[in-house]
Amino acid sequence: MKQPKEIFESLKEKFTEYNFEIIEDLPVEPIISVDPLNVNKIGFYLRLDADLQFDSLMVLSGVDDNNAKKIKQEDETEIDDPGTLSVYYHLYSTTLKHKVTLKASAPKDNPEIESVEKVWKTADWHEREAYDMIGIKFLNHPDLRRILMPYDWDENSFPLRKDYENPEFYQGIKVPY
Amino acid sequence: MAIKTEEMVLNMGPQHPSTHGVLRLELELEGEIIKNVKPHIGYLHRCFEKHAEAMTYPQVVPYTDRMDYVASMYNNFGYAVTVEKLLGIEVPERVEYIRVIMGELQRIASHMVALGTYGLDLGAFTPFLYLFIDREKILNLFEMTCGARLLYNYIWVGGVSHDLHPDFLRLTKEFIDYYRPHIAELNELLSYNKIFIERTANVGVMPLDTAINYGMTGPNLRASGLKFDLRKDEPYSIYDRFDFDVPVGEGKMGTVGDCWDRYFVRVLELEQSLKILEQAIEQIPEGDVQSAIPKRIKPPAGTVYGRVEAPRGELGYFIISDGSVNPFRMKVRAPSFVSLSIMGELCKGHLVSDVVAILGSIDIVLGEVDR
Repeated sequence: MKQPKEIFESLKEKFTEYNFEIIEDLPVEPIISVDPLNVNKIGFYLRLDADLQFDSLMVLSGVDDNNAKKIKQEDETEIDDPGTLSVYYHLYSTTLKHKVTLKASAPKDNPEIESVEKVWKTADWHEREAYDMIGIKFLNHPDLRRILMPYDWDENSFPLRKDYENPEFYQGIKVPY
Repeated sequence: MAIKTEEMVLNMGPQHPSTHGVLRLELELEGEIIKNVKPHIGYLHRCFEKHAEAMTYPQVVPYTDRMDYVASMYNNFGYAVTVEKLLGIEVPERVEYIRVIMGELQRIASHMVALGTYGLDLGAFTPFLYLFIDREKILNLFEMTCGARLLYNYIWVGGVSHDLHPDFLRLTKEFIDYYRPHIAELNELLSYNKIFIERTANVGVMPLDTAINYGMTGPNLRASGLKFDLRKDEPYSIYDRFDFDVPVGEGKMGTVGDCWDRYFVRVLELEQSLKILEQAIEQIPEGDVQSAIPKRIKPPAGTVYGRVEAPRGELGYFIISDGSVNPFRMKVRAPSFVSLSIMGELCKGHLVSDVVAILGSIDIVLGEVDR
């Protein structure tokens, strides 16, 4: 059984080329933030390493961090920072009984995160849901379609984004009718 | 001349008596052999997660009822436990006992629906009626406590909405004594029925590593042979005080992790829930049930993932709080949603009629799949 801090250390040791950060000042559980484009490699390591054995992905949730802001540059002009979309991975080991939470963030204007479907099969539907609701593009996902919303839903409209607005018409019918 | 063969696509649902709700399964067939199954969900999508962002924490409770509407009490329970974990509050002893009693009664009622409709799917009509007579008695107990029979809004953050009726404990005790012999009756009627065994044994076998990789939890995972129950392995509320067993699949009629095992683990869990109920009724103290309910819930900024052992498996709530009275993000890890994703894998190579047997055995509630 390992604490998140120890897992963080072993991740840093194993993958020296990627950035890891641990956020500890949270009321319940610390979170380790990981590189979004290499999360599958990190996942395989966490699942297969004999001391970690994270064989179960409890939940994968997409989140709109809603942190868009304007950054002032030196010459007083402002540029838009679109903010980030994040994915939280809650992992559990059924053999060693320890837990860890990972977080991968990608910029909102190009939200690409590597899929972990190959690591944990259960991620397949969770990632489809995160794509459907938040609009995160999971790279190398075998079947990235909408899952809860209708298949003919506007392809740039994601209901759980904080800046979502109801469409005016759906299939020719006024909303709200 | 060779016979012309080609794959056929068959739609099962959205309206179909065996899909337990509005679910469409796209079956890819080669003759009568299943090549692949693609579930299409979302017909009951109400965007609970978006609604929750506009609600205060106590206002979310009635919405949780409407996810797994066969086990509403447990959805309330899971939500309350998670928010309390975020707030860091303790609830009175009596409340904990009431929650466990309600939770276990709900587990029995929910398993009754699962087992009854499973028999129904496979052509056994009688056990369904017998089970529903008994389920009615549990619903009467719930009605007596909170006035509702299906969607309770009973377990609140920090307490429960009403104290128990003065007759509740006596009647629950009577129910336990009344119901216990009926489990043996169910076994005679359905579990050891030759036709039932022929339809379910060695069908839809789920090996343990596949089950874990697909995120199976609850009875579906235990049927594959892993003794894993959140009530034992990660006790929440006061489950560590009770003495009960965790039944696992043994492959008694066929292979470990087949449909019969998944069915029979649920039957064995009925007995264990009765055992917990007996102990809880024995130990329940007096006290105020509403003293710990916070006037205003404003948790600190941060995240929490709380999970409980709902009748269908691990029910998890992932809440992100930004320090205001509304949740910033609420994600529900619905056990049925995860269980349904294994359908394609389980059905490959089976016959069309086995799809019904496999779907019934993983016990889904579409209200929870779509949320």
